[in-house]
Amino acid sequence: MSKIFKGKTVGQSVEKIDSLALSQGKPLFTDDFKVEGMLHAKFLWSPHAHARIKNIDTSAAEALPGVHAVICYKNVPRVMHTTAGQGWPEPSPYDTTMFDNKVRYVGDRVAAVAADTEEIAEKALQLIKVSYEPLEPVFDLEHAMDKGAPVIHDEPDCKYILPLVYEPKSNHCAHIDLDVGNIERGLKEADFVIKRKFKTHYGQHCAMEPHACICYFEPNGRLVIRSTTQVPFHTRRIVAQCLQIPERMIRVIKPRLGGGFGSKQEILFEEVCALLALRTKRPVRLVYDRKEVFVSSRTRHPMAFWMETGVKKDGTLSAIKMKVISNTGAYGSHGMTVMSNCCAKALPLYRCPNIQFIGDTVYTNLPQAGAFRGYGVFQASFVMGILMDEMAEAVEMDPLEFWRKNTIREGESHPIFERVGEVGKGIAMVIKSCALPECLEKGATAFGWKEKRAKYKKQPAGPIRYGVGMACNAHGAGVPKIDMASAFAKMNDDGSFNLLISAADIGTGSDTVMAQIFAEALDIPMEDVIVFSADTDLTPFDRGAYASGTTYCTGMAIVKMADKIKDQILTVAADMLDEPKGNLRIENKSVVSTKNKKKVEFHKIAKQALYVNNQFQIAAIASNASAIPPQSYSANFVEVAVDTETGEVKVLSYVVALDCGTAINPKLAEGQAEGAILQAVSYALTEQYHFDKNGRMLNPSFGRYKIFSTSDIPKIKAILVPSYEPSGPFGAKSIGELCIDCVLPAISNAIYNAIGIRLYETPFTPEVVLKALKEKQSKM
Amino acid sequence: MEITCKINNVEKRLVFEPHEKLLDVLRREGYYGVKFGCGNGDCGACTILVNGKAVKSCIMFAAQAKDKEITTIEGLSTHENPHPVQKAFVDAGAVQCGYCTPGMIISAKALLDRNPRPTEDEIKEALEGNLCRCTGYVKIIGAVELASQRMRGGKR
Repeated sequence: MSKIFKGKTVGQSVEKIDSLALSQGKPLFTDDFKVEGMLHAKFLWSPHAHARIKNIDTSAAEALPGVHAVICYKNVPRVMHTTAGQGWPEPSPYDTTMFDNKVRYVGDRVAAVAADTEEIAEKALQLIKVSYEPLEPVFDLEHAMDKGAPVIHDEPDCKYILPLVYEPKSNHCAHIDLDVGNIERGLKEADFVIKRKFKTHYGQHCAMEPHACICYFEPNGRLVIRSTTQVPFHTRRIVAQCLQIPERMIRVIKPRLGGGFGSKQEILFEEVCALLALRTKRPVRLVYDRKEVFVSSRTRHPMAFWMETGVKKDGTLSAIKMKVISNTGAYGSHGMTVMSNCCAKALPLYRCPNIQFIGDTVYTNLPQAGAFRGYGVFQASFVMGILMDEMAEAVEMDPLEFWRKNTIREGESHPIFERVGEVGKGIAMVIKSCALPECLEKGATAFGWKEKRAKYKKQPAGPIRYGVGMACNAHGAGVPKIDMASAFAKMNDDGSFNLLISAADIGTGSDTVMAQIFAEALDIPMEDVIVFSADTDLTPFDRGAYASGTTYCTGMAIVKMADKIKDQILTVAADMLDEPKGNLRIENKSVVSTKNKKKVEFHKIAKQALYVNNQFQIAAIASNASAIPPQSYSANFVEVAVDTETGEVKVLSYVVALDCGTAINPKLAEGQAEGAILQAVSYALTEQYHFDKNGRMLNPSFGRYKIFSTSDIPKIKAILVPSYEPSGPFGAKSIGELCIDCVLPAISNAIYNAIGIRLYETPFTPEVVLKALKEKQSKM
Repeated sequence: MEITCKINNVEKRLVFEPHEKLLDVLRREGYYGVKFGCGNGDCGACTILVNGKAVKSCIMFAAQAKDKEITTIEGLSTHENPHPVQKAFVDAGAVQCGYCTPGMIISAKALLDRNPRPTEDEIKEALEGNLCRCTGYVKIIGAVELASQRMRGGKR
């Protein structure tokens, strides 16, 4: 059992600092903002999945009174870039330009209009005459790389800026492979080899706040971009790239965000809004409606897996062979990294000496995939979670015991850590904190795993069948050697502090968590920390909110920065108390002498430094670059009821026991777990994209793309099992994505436990279950 | 078109085009707490009270507000003195991104006004039309239970 940290502020469920203002409906979001003379922008979307634009005639639209600008491929610079909001140099292909003379999915951009009102902009769109030459589309990810398949990216200027495999002429967006040990030997040594194919489907983040952007100008002509972004600095850099203007001309402001889940880790349309503002010299507002969010923002990468795993009679894993094809849709944003994460972040959970991974990403003429909570680990955990259950069954072990036996432990390492990272080579790492064994134990007890397994073995006959399932996962924090975050703070007259950060709180509560870390480090109360995030003019660089890295990466920058502040405070106090610095320590918003009772309060120290003697501003900045990606862990238990007459699967209860290191704010951590679980339960059971034969999404609304509401919810219980990660702030790791990863396999395993049918494809809708039940019956 | 109505206890004159939805007119008038989430009445981010009943303002014509009493989230409280439902959402940790929160709180208030002691199922039913993607609803339901307890106990 490792050390556990509980502080005055860290480890306490303090109130989320913005929650009162949010509950009162204060105008805090991107679109809660008006600028005098603001124009409204709208996109014209492609009705074709794949077509060449032979010509666009925008003259009638331009002539419409109230229209101020129309842009399309004819009058914008052609700058190949990626929309992925990643660090530079981005590991996503430069396969996108603002507007192209080719469209690659139904919902791709054709043109954009800025007008006095939204109504006029919409009228103008109807006046744009586009002549298309339809091309044959590619929809099936398994056939996208076939010889002779239509080429989606036939433009000569698409490329990676990193040395990565890229064959756009065969719709091949990315490739990663890896061998650990000897896969053939591992399979040969196995007493049972399980060979299966799996598929996961399209899904959308469904952040309640649609994507929005407002561009306007400062009096000196600098461009301000107020945007729903998870990545303010990447947005500034990529918009500068697209518009070919220097970063110094751009200021990006991130207000409160109404959820993101990865969908806002994109330069989605900020460059278009900015260009329209530059062309019209007017403020411009661009807001997606819900249909546009579904079709023309980003989605989850659907994947197909071909798996072989081997297990020995004694329950030892001997081989994992994973071949995956990931569908990135029409553009390759996050295409390589989501696929590589299926290996890099998902597989190091397993104590298995022989592993082979072959991953490919393909283009298709379907909506663009992008970052989405889980980011490859979600898909790979589905596959591995079911296989673990099947292998446990093959060797007649309780899954609980099988998971315990075959998962990584404290003090161990994994060859994959060093061999492959999210981007290229990885980093060797020894696990310094792992409470997965305790998670298994506590989760199983709280859920009643043994009792329920026994109970449902002998359930009375009837149309409703009950079952339980479980699965575990690991999710690494951040991207080592790439992630960097910094934090700045200054002391005010009253001894309070402004904490300026660019960690992008997207609704998770990271502003609160960062304030807690700072308050803990300086032994001050929460109300003395005034957090501001994020504004690229005012707050220092941060990678942004993604890859489960904010608490871990930015949190550590705050710890380092607080050390510098402490030193400055002690210097001033030493002068004031006439005591050597070594005799002094910080305690409860004061500096006290350990030798005598002398004491000076922070507000006096602040005033001394600002006004009295050896004047200076007590302030510091520090940066933190992640060296390793420590794993968080979760053990998941689920109970389902399957109606064998309708095929409906109901999740009755869900218990997750998780190790995120120190939970800086337990209530917020629970909230992350609960939200992630329901998001995935909803995806598992109801959410899906329906396409017609031409690749058009048929259900782009909440009415027809069903996300769970209060009436659908199971009982969810999140149990925080502490560990202490020495490389994290006060022992913290990460929580943002952890609990989404294992919902699919746990449910699939529970369905199997209930009706004896394994579902290897998502989602588990009534039609799918009913069909499987009928097939099973016909075989009996 | 032009109508008068009462918004948050203040007489208001609203001017709009006949096709305009109440949500858009309210936001134009500065009631930014009323959120756009879907425009189809599916998500509840735009929920307001019309004569005490929770209504989705994105599928209501502005013209239908004539002579009605409208309450938006801004009308529930002052900054210093939050409504017990708002306070309960804060205390229970029911606010994550906060985008669904105003609509959720309005629906919860409408429920508690007509049923001060709702069961868990009654809370779920009353909030069914308000989607949240952050919380899994666990702490939201807890917040409504907390508000119900406090309001019955007379505590704010």
